[in-house]
Amino acid sequence: MVSKKKKKYSSGEGAQFMTRKAALKKLQLSLKDFRRICILKGIYPREPRNRKRAQKGAGGIKTLYHTKDIKFLLHEPIIWKLRDLKVYQQKIRRARATREFGRMRKYLRDYPSINIDHIVKERYPTFVDALRDLDDCLTLCFLFSTFPSLKKVPRNQSMLCRRLTVEFMHAVIAAKALRKVFVSIKGYYYQAEFEGQTITWIVPHHFSFQPQNKDEVDFKIMSTFVEFYTMMLGFVNYKLFHSMNLVYPPQLTAGFSPDSEKDLIDEHAYVAERIAALNISLAKVAGANEVEELPEIDIFQSEDGDPQKLEEAKQEAEKVKKLKTMFKGLKFFINREVPREPLVFIIRCFGGEVSWDRDHFVGATFDESDESIAYQIVDRPSMDKQYLSRYYVQPQWVFDSINARTLLPINKYLMGAVLPPHLSPFVDKIKDQVYIPPEERALKDPDFKPLDDEPSGSDIEEASDEDADEKNEQESEEDGDTALARQYQQEIAEDSPSDDEDGEDNLDPEKKKLAKEKKKSMAVVSGVPYKENPYQKQIEDKQAFRLREKLVRKKHRNLYKSMKAGQEKRKKEIWLLRKKRRLHDEKVKEEKKAEKRKQKMQAFEAATA
Amino acid sequence: MPPYKTGLLKRKIPDESKEVEVNNSRSDEDEVLIRGELDAENDSTDSEHDDDNAASDTERDEILFHDSADSLLSDDEANESLAESSDLTDSEEDDESGDEESSHEEDGESNSDEDKAEEEKEAKPKTKAESEDSGAESGTGPTLSGSSDGSKKTKEKAINKKEFKQKPIKKKEFKPKPTKTKAVQKTTDSIDALANKIKETNVTIQPVQEKDEYESGDTSDEEERVNTAGAVPSWWYDEYEHVGYDVEGRRIARPPRRDRIDEFLRKCEDPEFWRTVRDPGTGQDIILSKQDLELIARIREGRVPNPEHDEYQPWVEWFSREVLATPLRAFPEHKRSFLPSREEQRHVSRIVHALKMGWMKTRKQIAEERKKSKEQKFYDLWGSSAAAGEGEGVRGLQRHIPAPRRPPPGHAESYNPPPEYLLDAKEMKEWNKLAQTPWKRKYTFLPTRHGSLREVAAYERFTRERFLRCLDLYLAPRAIKMRLTINPEDLVPKLPSPRDLQPFPTTEVLKFTGHTDLVRSIDFDPSGQYVVSGSDDGTVKVWETSSGRCLRTLALGCAVTRVAWTPAAGLSLLAAAAGRRLLLLNPGAGVGAHRVAARTDDLLAEPPPARDVVMDERTAACVQWETPDAAQWARGVRLSVTHFKPLLHLSWHARGDYLAATVEEAGARGVLVHQLSRRRSQLPFRRAPGRLQCAAFHPHRPLLFVATQRAVRVYDLVKQELVRKLLAGAQWISALALHPAGDNLLVASYDRKCMWFDLELSSKPYQTLRLHGGAVRAVAFHSRYPLFASAGDDQYIVVSHGMVYNDLLQNPLLVPLKQLRAPEPRGELCVLDVRFHPAQPWLLAAAADHTLRLYA
Repeated sequence: MVSKKKKKYSSGEGAQFMTRKAALKKLQLSLKDFRRICILKGIYPREPRNRKRAQKGAGGIKTLYHTKDIKFLLHEPIIWKLRDLKVYQQKIRRARATREFGRMRKYLRDYPSINIDHIVKERYPTFVDALRDLDDCLTLCFLFSTFPSLKKVPRNQSMLCRRLTVEFMHAVIAAKALRKVFVSIKGYYYQAEFEGQTITWIVPHHFSFQPQNKDEVDFKIMSTFVEFYTMMLGFVNYKLFHSMNLVYPPQLTAGFSPDSEKDLIDEHAYVAERIAALNISLAKVAGANEVEELPEIDIFQSEDGDPQKLEEAKQEAEKVKKLKTMFKGLKFFINREVPREPLVFIIRCFGGEVSWDRDHFVGATFDESDESIAYQIVDRPSMDKQYLSRYYVQPQWVFDSINARTLLPINKYLMGAVLPPHLSPFVDKIKDQVYIPPEERALKDPDFKPLDDEPSGSDIEEASDEDADEKNEQESEEDGDTALARQYQQEIAEDSPSDDEDGEDNLDPEKKKLAKEKKKSMAVVSGVPYKENPYQKQIEDKQAFRLREKLVRKKHRNLYKSMKAGQEKRKKEIWLLRKKRRLHDEKVKEEKKAEKRKQKMQAFEAATA
Repeated sequence: MPPYKTGLLKRKIPDESKEVEVNNSRSDEDEVLIRGELDAENDSTDSEHDDDNAASDTERDEILFHDSADSLLSDDEANESLAESSDLTDSEEDDESGDEESSHEEDGESNSDEDKAEEEKEAKPKTKAESEDSGAESGTGPTLSGSSDGSKKTKEKAINKKEFKQKPIKKKEFKPKPTKTKAVQKTTDSIDALANKIKETNVTIQPVQEKDEYESGDTSDEEERVNTAGAVPSWWYDEYEHVGYDVEGRRIARPPRRDRIDEFLRKCEDPEFWRTVRDPGTGQDIILSKQDLELIARIREGRVPNPEHDEYQPWVEWFSREVLATPLRAFPEHKRSFLPSREEQRHVSRIVHALKMGWMKTRKQIAEERKKSKEQKFYDLWGSSAAAGEGEGVRGLQRHIPAPRRPPPGHAESYNPPPEYLLDAKEMKEWNKLAQTPWKRKYTFLPTRHGSLREVAAYERFTRERFLRCLDLYLAPRAIKMRLTINPEDLVPKLPSPRDLQPFPTTEVLKFTGHTDLVRSIDFDPSGQYVVSGSDDGTVKVWETSSGRCLRTLALGCAVTRVAWTPAAGLSLLAAAAGRRLLLLNPGAGVGAHRVAARTDDLLAEPPPARDVVMDERTAACVQWETPDAAQWARGVRLSVTHFKPLLHLSWHARGDYLAATVEEAGARGVLVHQLSRRRSQLPFRRAPGRLQCAAFHPHRPLLFVATQRAVRVYDLVKQELVRKLLAGAQWISALALHPAGDNLLVASYDRKCMWFDLELSSKPYQTLRLHGGAVRAVAFHSRYPLFASAGDDQYIVVSHGMVYNDLLQNPLLVPLKQLRAPEPRGELCVLDVRFHPAQPWLLAAAADHTLRLYA
């Protein structure tokens, strides 16, 4: 009995994957609908382990989906909705073609909306899952909230985005969840922490919307994403508000209610209202406690956790707690040239009170003349009328203080001062081979002195206690080692007999003579302890290692090489940055000196004259 | 001419012959058509006036026509007498004078004839004629309309019927029988009689269509031939030449039958085919005129056939907004018309109640609700925290791979970055150079410094970047990729430190100078006290190891490729390969003990008995043992073996009696084994194993290792068979060295590799060492210490630890220990040979710069 021959690609990877074309055929959808449902359901192509086999022997590169994903889509009720929608669109088209505009209008009015609540639940079975995936959602919603009405974007979508983003910001303020802020050239990066999940999002600078080239940006796709994201953000907002005993939806100003059909002609008015909304605290659910202090968390000694780590975690928690109330009781006044939205949001997040010029924007809570104002945030070189009772600082002070988690000394940030560089708080310091600018190091280490005070920069850079720096140091030492080794080897090459450790027979003639004399005298002399040259040892180790390197297995050789190359590259980058910094500092120092000299000369001239 | 056309012509010829008078200027088809028109007394459907005529008494029309036609009759008749009798017209012509119908027919014909004649003169014959026709018809229409009113309906019916009849007839032209019978039957009916009348009138009209000479109004014409055959089946006439009889009793000739091909051809060629119908009675083709078609269309649509007829002729505006002086109805409106009806009242109250109760909604309310329903409604999707844990009820994706997050921004992205992140002039240049390939740039954005926050502009590519992220999310294939978190150092094998594996040579201690060319080969004497070296300058030098002093120089005349000291302890003998000669030398005086030298001389002085020195012819042809003359003896040569080709390699057997010599490019005779005691040679191989590189004896077993270009073969000398073949995996083997224990083998190759073979383990290399940057030319084992060295064209001699354990389960441990710097290379070559001191951990290297170096 001959068993039936198995068909090729009927099992294994060939059966596991499906090209997009096959998926379309299976689902009986057009590409447009398929794209939409993929976006909504979060289906994505997969990279097979063996592409050739997965494509059933076909050449080229095809978009491959998991067969089970497609089967999963097959059971999605939305597919039927999409098919119905297709019919509905045909109806509209027909009505238009037959010039029955009344009917067409009716169809358009009753355009069925697709309910995707269940998809949100399906994609994010728990709230934490949703929070974990909120980065892209927030960034896109914040972007869409700045969009005007576009052709491919439903009219109410940007309205909804506006509403939801403001709500989310309120949630962040209420939960005091903001952790990090960064002003980049792309926009404001915020990082908040909810339920142990860090959420990072970008809010673009003002006037971020520019008409895009058609082949560069397809708003239809983005709009489909936003369709899902608004749904998700809405539910997340609801959950966040409820977890904080706040009423959802919050009653914000009229600008966000979707029934205000009138175009917001004045973008400024809209922004002003939005910011004003941010400045108002939200209504609590009746009966909720006003202040809810988190209970002190007990720390249990776990088996594996070493006490140092625990200590660190404890310190971190302490720091965060302090950060949350950093601006508490402080009053800020924002000058009108300062971008208010990020500042209001941030200051309110950390417990500060904010106001602005009552004449220019709505929603001011106190006047400039208020004597209790602690800080006035200005972004102009000088001001006519200044109050003595407050500090005039530049906005960067707020951002830097938050990232430093303390109120930084304001002397570098005073009005008109040249600002110190604004550093990213997102750089992972734990990773090795990371360049840390001297400013940051100074922040971490109070003993650290900036470069320009020291005669030479190289010693200082090595004088640091951080892991990364140690690593760097090692590397720099290694550099030195290699150089030394080379030198040493050259020496050997030049005159090999002059080695004084092993070859005793090739000593200097004088020494020889001495030895002879000693031999002659036959006296017992106290021995000289043999001193091992540490460099010598290192060099030997290095050489031995280099030989051993050649024994790396053939299987790992490429990997090893690439890893080494990566290390080298990073090292070079760090070296380059360091060098540039040194050059820059030297230049600045020179300039300063010249300036001083000039001043002195002038003073001298003035004195003599 | 294509065949079908010839066929056509043939068929048409008889037609022409029938109608001689008609024709000439016209094309064949036209003739047929015209004849058809005439003959078929057709155009049964022809417009309204047919009907009119039919309704009204035919006689009157005839009379009318009679008058007008008179003038033309005379000459036409003459012509027509020539026409064939078969034609219907002809049959009628016989008594045309009496019969108005026939005469009129003649008229028609004549008209047509004339027409054709005139066509030559006139530019637009037909169009004019037609237009005038229509005029004539319309002229006749009104005159008769009054009289025909009553009979209109019946006529219409008749026409309809006719149409219906004709259709099937058209289809069944092949079997005319049933149709004919039907037609005959119909004629009997009164209605059919009317129809026939109509037909008659049609025919009478025909001439009018053609010509305008009958403007006077002689539209009707009664010279229609009626088939009087009666209601008999038409197939009765099948075997006759005629189809029936006309009123006069004359036979109506059968028109020529057409088969399907004819029909088809007609269909193709005749533009009028679509409106040609066949009269079942006479079998004539009738072409429907434009008016006929119009009439048919009107009847079909159920309109009044006459387009001029107005159905609503006298229209009186009885009910208009004008207030009449005398109202039409003299009573006032009823009170009910002013009061709301009770029904309505009930209806309204019902609606009001429904609105009150909320069962019904106003339009405004509905709109509001609609708007509200469109708003997103958010609720507690995830439920309480207790329920949040149960996500199992919901199906999810198979092995979901979450999208990776975007990398967080670095310092360079800051609006006010540290100065080292800003691009300097050089970097800026590169940045600009990569404008076409922006993905190769260091950053996706240009780091820019802004003095203050208010100066920061919106980022241009923000939307684009978000879009790309969206594309990535739904379009980029995802895969789980394992990220290595190991240090690269972990990949390097863990080996004991060289410091723990001492002693081994670490530095150069002595340089032996004296040769004037490349030193090809070196060797220690068994005690390690002396060194022998052979060089390209043609000398063999014996040196003292400890001092580097040259003790003896033996000039051999040609370049020495190989030297080897005998391993036998009691002899002072060394073998040197110089060109084709293998020389056994006694360094003699000053080197070693006198007695040893003397004993060696004694041994070699007398040749063995001749019976021992028996060599077969094959071997004898290759080698020649010679005893040196006195001069040579004085120079130290004790024996010389001349080979047929230059020597490549030499190696002693461990006991010192045998010597294996490898000869260049000698094929099967490449390896020779010389026995010194008997002074004879052997050729161990019959076939060439490959391109020979070198051969060596096993230290204590009767095995011979022969290295060819790719492989090392091991032969058992006792059994005289191949024991095994070691595949080196190298392109070209250069040298081979045997471990003193004999179980391990080191093979060097020109492609920079050294292969360690464990003979116990496998025929593949146990380990391949890539320790050199260039070709490896020499390898050597230390006889006591677990050391081996390799050297070649690169600048390093590598000393390694090669420990072989007695335990069979433990594999050898190979640790590279030290890279010794070799002397400067000369040309391509650097180190040509390496040897370990027999007792000390010293290494001697023969360098290309004419020196020997001792490392300790």
